[in-house]
Amino acid sequence: MLRPRIIPSLLLHDKGLVKTVNFKSPKYVGDPINAVRIFNEKEVDELAFFDIDATVLNKEPDYILIEKLANQSRMPLCYGGGVKTVEQAQKIFGLGIEKIALSSAVIQNPQLVTLIAERVGSQSVIVVLDIKKKLLGGYEIYTHNGKKSTGINPIKFAKELEQLGAGELIINSIDQDGVMKGYDMNLIDKIAENISIPLTVLGGAGSINDIEKVINKHGVMGVAAGSLFVFKGPYKAVLINYPTQSEKNKVFKINENGNTK
Amino acid sequence: MITLIDYGVGNIFAFQNVYKRLDIPTKIAKAAEDLIDVEKLILPGVGSFDYAMNQLNNSGMRDRLDELVLVKKVPVIGICVGMQMMGNRSDEGKLAGLNWIDAEILKFNESLIQQRTKLPHMGWNDVSPIENHPLFIGLEKEAIFYFLHSFYFKCNNSNDSIANSEYGISFSSAINHNNIYGIQFHPEKSHQYGEKLLHNFAKL
Repeated sequence: MLRPRIIPSLLLHDKGLVKTVNFKSPKYVGDPINAVRIFNEKEVDELAFFDIDATVLNKEPDYILIEKLANQSRMPLCYGGGVKTVEQAQKIFGLGIEKIALSSAVIQNPQLVTLIAERVGSQSVIVVLDIKKKLLGGYEIYTHNGKKSTGINPIKFAKELEQLGAGELIINSIDQDGVMKGYDMNLIDKIAENISIPLTVLGGAGSINDIEKVINKHGVMGVAAGSLFVFKGPYKAVLINYPTQSEKNKVFKINENGNTK
Repeated sequence: MITLIDYGVGNIFAFQNVYKRLDIPTKIAKAAEDLIDVEKLILPGVGSFDYAMNQLNNSGMRDRLDELVLVKKVPVIGICVGMQMMGNRSDEGKLAGLNWIDAEILKFNESLIQQRTKLPHMGWNDVSPIENHPLFIGLEKEAIFYFLHSFYFKCNNSNDSIANSEYGISFSSAINHNNIYGIQFHPEKSHQYGEKLLHNFAKL
């Protein structure tokens, strides 16, 4: 049985790892290479890194760091941040990254999805949408760490991205980021019913129960979290953690013999 | 010694790292002259079929690889698109495959996939090997592997299939014909299970 994916999502800032709340106040949580080593030991399903400086500072992706992360990783890796061209994407794949996440560049030029997909195959082209609730209802896509509004409706844009050849969509809720009070289920419903490519949801997980809620409702899906896997306890002490295989099987409703209940 | 074929496609370093941990030496071949004293070969691959075939055809290694695999019978394992390239043709592209094993690469039929998400087939799935195959020693039960693909390997000779997985249909997730091996999933990104499989390949 194909299993849902539970994905730690880690933010790169100034060569370190940080965690934000509502895309603001980054708190240092550790060294990225060390985090990969720990997540290797915990046998995570997939790991995602987002460089939150690259686009804002108009920098090239940090290829040296990306290569180190890829070399260390024994699990599939997704990298996002500052990727604007087919050549950059190609270079990052060459360093051993399985999936490249595009964001602001695609919002400016959606055709980029098609160009990169033709080169590397759709399955490796991911688009991340940072989404915020509008004051009077509905949703809007933001870029540049939630600072720049685009006026684009994510539900419509998701469909367009699918048609352009995106292999996966990650939706990241700015409102829920770091709050640890659960996912925006309404947003997930709206996007999920509109597309048939794989969807990964991010923003808001405060416990494994929040992840379970998404999986119970939507089945096979990527369920990502930041704070949940780097903080422990009410005072948010930094401690990298991740559910064990048997804890995950309980969430997936798989019994000890590997069969679904 | 394991030789990793570096034709600009796929993650050579990830394989090197797995074998480093296992204390098994590897070397990288980028050109025909690197393909000497070859004991075992790994043909990795990510990306689209035609792009990967073009890269290999233009690498200068193609003739030497054909000789090593088809004449000298050097054990070779293709990974993901690397496996698919070993077949005759693919629904994904126009170029001919390597024709090392009699197979076609077909697109999954989306109408048979029950869940809302259809393609790619992405994530961790079960792999059920046939009994007592040396590639799957220690992986007979409970082994799950990471997949990322939209096309599957269809053997024209069903005896070539050594493991099945389910995604809408049951398909060959691992194949073997004489010295030629292929796996659809990514062992280099499949934690302990992948490491075990790569260890098994090294011991063949």
